[in-house]
Amino acid sequence: MAQTVSAMPRAFAHLSDEAVVALVARWDDQALAELYDRFGRVAYGLALRVLRDEMLAEDAVQEAFLTAWRRADRFMPERAKASTWLLTIVHRRAVDLVRQEERRRAEPLEAAGDRAGEGPADDAVWLRYERERVQAALRQLPDQQREALELAYYGGFTQSELAERLGQPVGTIKSRMFSGLGRLRDVLTEPEPGERTWQPRPSTT
Amino acid sequence: MATEALHNLTAAYALDALDPDERRDYEAHLARCGRCRDELASLSEAATSLAYAVSSPTPAPHLRERIIAAARAERPNVVPLRPRWAVPSAAVAVCAVAAVIVLAVWAASLSHKVDRLQAERADQEHVAAVLASPDAQSVSIGDRGKLVVTPIGEAALVLTRLQSAGSGHVYEAWVAENGKPKPAGTFQAQSDVTAVPLEQPVPKGATVMVTRERHAVDLPTQMPFIRVTA
Repeated sequence: MAQTVSAMPRAFAHLSDEAVVALVARWDDQALAELYDRFGRVAYGLALRVLRDEMLAEDAVQEAFLTAWRRADRFMPERAKASTWLLTIVHRRAVDLVRQEERRRAEPLEAAGDRAGEGPADDAVWLRYERERVQAALRQLPDQQREALELAYYGGFTQSELAERLGQPVGTIKSRMFSGLGRLRDVLTEPEPGERTWQPRPSTT
Repeated sequence: MATEALHNLTAAYALDALDPDERRDYEAHLARCGRCRDELASLSEAATSLAYAVSSPTPAPHLRERIIAAARAERPNVVPLRPRWAVPSAAVAVCAVAAVIVLAVWAASLSHKVDRLQAERADQEHVAAVLASPDAQSVSIGDRGKLVVTPIGEAALVLTRLQSAGSGHVYEAWVAENGKPKPAGTFQAQSDVTAVPLEQPVPKGATVMVTRERHAVDLPTQMPFIRVTA
């Protein structure tokens, strides 16, 4: 396996994720492998969190990558980053699968805990960085908004199911999701400390 | 469902928290509503970031093999020819060849994140094909690249060795005619060649500029570091 990865060591290293997807759209299977090497782990972690079953998670990831393979020509880079596009497909597939698994969803979500912060020691640095960054952003949300986002995104609950589960009107759930997700977006796009002091530079022409 | 109610489903849609009927209604609405498309783009990115908040154990190695084998099995009977921009050492040399501008523009349009693209934005590949037309005029920007404009004013900037805008910054292109610049899209530097399809027509005599900004803005907040007149 590792040999397969290193057989094409840096062939795609200079390409953006979006350019890799453009190659996938040309039926380049090595580009698909590259896409998997970049996002397979995040995709699998997400599917596993939603489905809480390794085999189902593998199925979801496989189906999602094959969907990406078939639809890469319809990817619109002006609409989304490649990672957003791909992980949206993965999430949709995982949620559709978990909704067919009523038994699984009857289990309390907490039991499946995501072991936050206990990632394997070999975590890629950027994955750990991203995890900490998003977790920190989530902590800045009011509890009810965070709960709505987590139950919807990781639990696969629809807004109507959430309304029932939490004993709230659907409108309340909707607005918690809206405010929560908007707030999450704002926190994540705030400049990091240290970036605020940028001064205009004279033209380099 | 009332339109206002549909607007309000954007977050739930981004989180995949709609049932099938709601999802269908919302997608039908989305096809007609530029405001929701814009909002969905940013909320989807936020929703997707949640994928990174959970631990990411390494999947079993057979998963990669299974996926690639299944993909090969359903590939149409074509040999993928990798375009030259995908080959590291060729990236600079390709710039001069008109036909390759198609690929460079296409690659760059794939690569940059546009926040405020107009809803009815024409198909990028079509624009790129127009740019490569023999009628396109090319205006040199010294050793920094060129501006390519078709007779009907569709245009692209092709910049060489543009420095990264840096974390938290974007480049923004502008088209100024009779004074006031109009925003023509944000972009990031690519390695070697950065090709930017402009989102505003460039009439003869108009000035195309590029500034470095914190995010997409309506008017430049910085001095342009590239100015070229069509």
